[in-house]
Amino acid sequence: MGKFGGLIVRACETVGGVFLLFADTLRSLFRYRLRWDQLWEQMYFIGIRSQVVVLTTGAFTGAVFAAQVWFQFKRFGMESAIGPTVSIAMCRELGPVLVCLLLAGRVGAAMAAELSSMKITEQVDALRALGVYPTEYLVVPRFLALVISAPVLTALALVTGIGVGYFVAVQIFGVDGAYYWDNTVKYTDRKDVAIALIKATIFAIIIASISCYKGMNCPPGTAGVGKTTTEAVVNASLALLISNFFLTVLLNAVLYSN
Amino acid sequence: MNLKVAGGEKVVVIGRSGCGKSVMLRHIMGLLQPDGGEVFFEGTKLTGLSEEAWNPYRRKIGMLFQGAALFDSLSVFENLAFPLREEGEKNDRVLRDKVAESLKIVSLAGAEAKMPAELSGGMKKRVALARAVIRRPDLMLYDEPTTGLDPVVADSINRLILHLGKMFGMASIVVTHDMVSARMVGDRIAYLHDGKIYFEGTPEQVDRCEDPLVRDFVRGHASGMDVIG
Repeated sequence: MGKFGGLIVRACETVGGVFLLFADTLRSLFRYRLRWDQLWEQMYFIGIRSQVVVLTTGAFTGAVFAAQVWFQFKRFGMESAIGPTVSIAMCRELGPVLVCLLLAGRVGAAMAAELSSMKITEQVDALRALGVYPTEYLVVPRFLALVISAPVLTALALVTGIGVGYFVAVQIFGVDGAYYWDNTVKYTDRKDVAIALIKATIFAIIIASISCYKGMNCPPGTAGVGKTTTEAVVNASLALLISNFFLTVLLNAVLYSN
Repeated sequence: MNLKVAGGEKVVVIGRSGCGKSVMLRHIMGLLQPDGGEVFFEGTKLTGLSEEAWNPYRRKIGMLFQGAALFDSLSVFENLAFPLREEGEKNDRVLRDKVAESLKIVSLAGAEAKMPAELSGGMKKRVALARAVIRRPDLMLYDEPTTGLDPVVADSINRLILHLGKMFGMASIVVTHDMVSARMVGDRIAYLHDGKIYFEGTPEQVDRCEDPLVRDFVRGHASGMDVIG
């Protein structure tokens, strides 16, 4: 079959495994009682502990984008369009994609490392031996916490990015604040915000499913933990970027069909 | 292979590394599904049961893992209370009393607040043992209980296995390489070789066995292909 064939088989195996784990997670979510203590713990780690990095990313993305747009638009006398440009770009692409890439690195890596460590030290088997289904105990709280936290964190990044973009354009480059804000509100649609939140939710599903799948299928040995963690982050980031294209096309077709 | 264990009996399974001793325990516990063959427990066929259908039986079978497998994010108390909470016990006082009682049995009274990372290898095994027996299983599976422990600690684990068996009347299957442990805890010793129970007998019969495979293993004697240099 050769090296390339082997690669294709492994890729299909991973994709199939991720989908099966996703289906099992949904089934476990409705079949078993929710472990609130585990969910709060994960929400704290994912939602609260990620705030600083997400706010910083949102703020500086908004700032840089506002500056870049101002540099280009001022040549054509289009300074009043900076606001909606920053706002729409933050909502439709920059906000959800950058926040979720950060979450893939920070949270996805932690999920994969933690689960793979439990796997190689037989803790996952110990759970099963004690009559606890690992997907229900380990995967569901992580999955749910990320799916709830990612849209909230994205919304935070959007508000910060748009706010800092306003500050940079108005206070530093001297764009008229009233025009800037008026145009931002006028041309930013609720659908743009909806796109951000839908994308963040779907990216969170992708990150949690891939990271948990990788963690739960870690090869034996400590080297396996490092390899699994790296693969989880790389695969989740790539899957996120590729799915972003299809989501963009699909959401535009659905939300802006009229 | 065919292995039967009666109620209250202690069977030790010995055999070369990689012969499938631990895999056998995992099949009994339902952690692996066999390609062929069947596992029966108290007259019920367990092979082929779904994960959920397995759980009532897993509550009757305890397992001590080779590396103890304590949940490292939970304290000793939380580790021991875990199986009881899973059974629906919510009363803190009952949990505290049962955990304290189990820790006393394994001579670790007062260790509730410790984290697994603070425990030595022997202490981890004892805590894991306390967790495995806290629900009073009918059958205990021990996967290499003395591996990696110094002889004194290994002896204390062996005594604990005997003590627990006597105290709760449960059957035990002990997988080990350690012949001192095998002779001490086994009512019966089974030598696993090539996927089959090659020899079975009391510790005395195993010691007297003149079959070269069994004899070399029992005496720790390398021969033929195993001799290096």
